[in-house]
Amino acid sequence: MNNSFIQINNISKHFADVKAVDDVSFEIKEGEFFSLLGPSGCGKTTLLRLLAGFEYPTTGNLFIDGVDITELSPDKRPTNMVFQNYAIFPHLNVEKNIQFGLRKLGLSNDEINNRVKDVLTLVKLEGYEERFSNQLSGGQRQRVALARALVRQPKVLLLDEPLGALDKKLRDEMQLELRTLQKNIGITFVFVTHDQQEAISMSDRVAVMNNGKIQQLSAPNELYKNPENIFVSDFIGETNFLKVMTKSSEGEFINASIEGLGEFKIKNNLNIAENSSDVVCSVRPESMMISKVKSDWDICLEAKIRQTSYLGEMTRFYVEAKGIDKVITVSSQHFDNQSFADNECFISISLEDISILNKK
Amino acid sequence: MNEKNNSLLIYTLIYFAFLYVPVLFLPLFSFNDADYMSFPLAGFTTEHYEEMWSKRNLHKALWASIKVGVVASVVSTVIALFAAKAFARYKFRGQKVSYGAIMMPFLIPEIILAVALLIIWINLGFKLGLVPVTIGHILFCTPFAMLILIARIEGFDFSLEEASRDLGESAWGTFYRVSFPLYLPGIVAALLLSFIISFDEFILAFFLTGSDATLPMYMWGQMRFVQKLPHVLALGAVILVFTTFIVLLAFWLRNLGQGKAKKDIGINL
Repeated sequence: MNNSFIQINNISKHFADVKAVDDVSFEIKEGEFFSLLGPSGCGKTTLLRLLAGFEYPTTGNLFIDGVDITELSPDKRPTNMVFQNYAIFPHLNVEKNIQFGLRKLGLSNDEINNRVKDVLTLVKLEGYEERFSNQLSGGQRQRVALARALVRQPKVLLLDEPLGALDKKLRDEMQLELRTLQKNIGITFVFVTHDQQEAISMSDRVAVMNNGKIQQLSAPNELYKNPENIFVSDFIGETNFLKVMTKSSEGEFINASIEGLGEFKIKNNLNIAENSSDVVCSVRPESMMISKVKSDWDICLEAKIRQTSYLGEMTRFYVEAKGIDKVITVSSQHFDNQSFADNECFISISLEDISILNKK
Repeated sequence: MNEKNNSLLIYTLIYFAFLYVPVLFLPLFSFNDADYMSFPLAGFTTEHYEEMWSKRNLHKALWASIKVGVVASVVSTVIALFAAKAFARYKFRGQKVSYGAIMMPFLIPEIILAVALLIIWINLGFKLGLVPVTIGHILFCTPFAMLILIARIEGFDFSLEEASRDLGESAWGTFYRVSFPLYLPGIVAALLLSFIISFDEFILAFFLTGSDATLPMYMWGQMRFVQKLPHVLALGAVILVFTTFIVLLAFWLRNLGQGKAKKDIGINL
């Protein structure tokens, strides 16, 4: 396993005066399922297109498997791409689409036929060889795009939001399938998505991007549990932000005075400065407990329910607590929208579920 | 409501009658057994069509028009294809100005274009003939061809070209295997319409042909002699049918796969 299979060194890409990608450096491991996650316009697609060779960086270098690919045109790179709209050639049938990229590889006819057959089996499209793009469903088109890229046996497969056009159920299925496929063939996948759930559920590691920069690069559970800044905390899952003032620090803890809750000793993983108001405190809706009676948790507040939304597997409560001038979201699998007749409730928080983040 | 529909229907019928009835007199009189275009019709004959076959000058003019038309349509379609691709695909400095420059011959009166070309050509010391006519027709056909091709290329999904590059094809290989087959209906439509425009064109030809007449020039020349009118009518009728067929074919091709992305059809290379 090569830990720096793909090296992205100080890559910037400017379009006129927009810095789409702004001095980004990181490495991707061989055989890794790696996701670039962020809102639209964050630079994730530009970064993928830089890897594919459709754009060239303003500054910086790209290496794949030790080879400098910075200046190589797309046809010379060991990468293949699955496009967002699949880009299936409409004038060619499925078989010809898949064969398209094999012509230049100097394979024998037998080899070409075998590869096409194998890849069709891999993506479960046997029997569809003669179909044209307009005779395929969205999911099938996606499989053709996947087969067409994989049949060239690239070192890296690039995927540009390939599940975005599918309906939810199919998307969930394809997520699992893609993950299994990647494990089986062992090729490095670089996957671009704006859907945090998708990135988290499929990836070995995720790079969260915003404004052309990497905000955090870590394993999915780390992103969720230990977001490094306010952007990541907000983008991954849902959270409540509360006003906070830090006081003195004690070892790996810091004393902080949180709006409406009081002063507490909170774990300080991110080297938050003392006596700062340029910080914010985050509590996830699902880490809080809503109840009818007072609890013995570290913090328990009396609150009033303002609104609820019933989601089936859980219910979301929008509550107001004394001293906090902001509606707090709490989610619960135990209670539903019928449980609190008089809207009176208690919300409880455990200190270990509170994290303090820098505003910038 | 109904009454309104009726009046619209009547308006439509009058409009179409105005457009097509005069044109239809041409084939009608071309089968009439008389030298004059007048009612009542004298009798049915195909004699004028037979006469057409025996005119050597007509054959020469037809051949001249075909040569001019083929060269003009091919050259203007090639120029238009490059231009259309540039305008539809890329944003660049001077885009609007160069677009306007290509469209210009479409907008300035043809006679002015003809006079300008005549003066330049003569001052350069060249002889009048089919070459300057062809050049004039290229100028004149390119905007038409470009409009057709831009319409085709604008709806084109350029990620198909990226996909081809990604799958190992060179830039030319991509053009040959992906772009060209998908543009092809538009290209053929542009070729056909340019050919028809050149084939019908009179003013530029009038100023620039010298002694090598094109078909419209030949027809104009024959109009001066009453007894020669009938075979010009026959010729006109043939051209009418031929042109209508080509134009319909061109429009059918141009619309092929347009609007319905699902029906996108190209030619498999």
